[in-house]
Amino acid sequence: MLKQLRKDFMEGFAEQTPPFFTAMGLCPALAVTTGVLFGFTMGLAVIFVLVGSNIVISLLRKWVPHEVRIPVYTVIIATLVTIADLVLAGTVPAIHKTLGLFIPLIVVNCIILGRAEAFASKNNVLRSTVDGLGYGLGFTWALIVISAIRELLGAGTLADIRILPEGFVPWQIMLTPPGAFITMGFITALITLGRNRAAAKKSEKEKLATTAQVA
Amino acid sequence: MVDLLLIFIGSALVNNFLLSRFLGICSFLGVTTNLKSAAGMGAAVTFVLSITSILVWFIQYYILEPLGLTFLQIAAFILVVAVLVQLLEFFIHKRSPALYEAFGIYLPLITTNCAILGLALLIPSKQYDLISSLVFALGAGGGYTLAMCMMAGLRQELEFADIPQSMQGPALVLLIAGIMAMAFMGFAGLAPM
Repeated sequence: MLKQLRKDFMEGFAEQTPPFFTAMGLCPALAVTTGVLFGFTMGLAVIFVLVGSNIVISLLRKWVPHEVRIPVYTVIIATLVTIADLVLAGTVPAIHKTLGLFIPLIVVNCIILGRAEAFASKNNVLRSTVDGLGYGLGFTWALIVISAIRELLGAGTLADIRILPEGFVPWQIMLTPPGAFITMGFITALITLGRNRAAAKKSEKEKLATTAQVA
Repeated sequence: MVDLLLIFIGSALVNNFLLSRFLGICSFLGVTTNLKSAAGMGAAVTFVLSITSILVWFIQYYILEPLGLTFLQIAAFILVVAVLVQLLEFFIHKRSPALYEAFGIYLPLITTNCAILGLALLIPSKQYDLISSLVFALGAGGGYTLAMCMMAGLRQELEFADIPQSMQGPALVLLIAGIMAMAFMGFAGLAPM
């Protein structure tokens, strides 16, 4: 049982982490990653909505008719997003203002509906909670990585704490939209490079094994 | 009149939905493999955007605000978009098979396209009147179509280029988008926004 839960968690946290290893949730990953604090807050909002929707949908999975499941899920998710939006506006108004549209837009984030459809509608509450936590935390660390690169190079700070010396000339482009695309482009290229290398190594090993067998 | 022109330029070029607001990036990566599908998707999105802008304007100012229900915005708008797309699909399928052929297949993709819900949520925050909202939506759709077609054209040209293996696919598209976004930053200042 514990092993199963661990597997459910690691799938979202390390193996399928959006937006790095699966192309989901790219819009917020590009838009709100101008600072570590923004990326982190966005991640928290996504964790809340994802875990909440997974729990509710998993509880209701036997009562929701198959034909109307998508509208039902959408209403559940929209309710949770509204809660997150109002809570953030009340507690951290400055960050909420910068995140702007992208908090309400969690409604159409494919990670949420994707997990509801692929996992929570088929599995029990405990497993769905763990699955939501895995994907939510995975998305959060991914956002923190992207925003750390952009904030460090674009402003010389991390979470508003100065890291690079005063003499460093900030690369302002990193904080603008082109900087977002370019950062994400290079990250994607590095991931593909890593995957290709791993695949090449694996096939080489198999080749060696077969030649050894033949010999 | 000048105001409307400025709104149009502002939403099409200065604050382009794809390249500066990051709305609808999924379709920017997914549907730009050839020019024809990019143009089809662009037309479908522009069409849905303009209808959404009108509907949202009426819902905001005639239902949500008089009843003091503005906190229901997110839920109300996502339902409107979902129902609208579904109805349009039925309608176009029934009335005009040729049009359905051209962009009907892209319609289901649009419900989860954040450009539509993004526009719906932007309109009340800008406090536009009905005509301005429509012009804003048309500008957004025009800018979206322009960026989609540019990207598709570039990708078609690059099909036979010798690209490092790890850069192929989404990485290259993102880098091209970065350069394109830089070019679009040149429009800043054309419209006060």
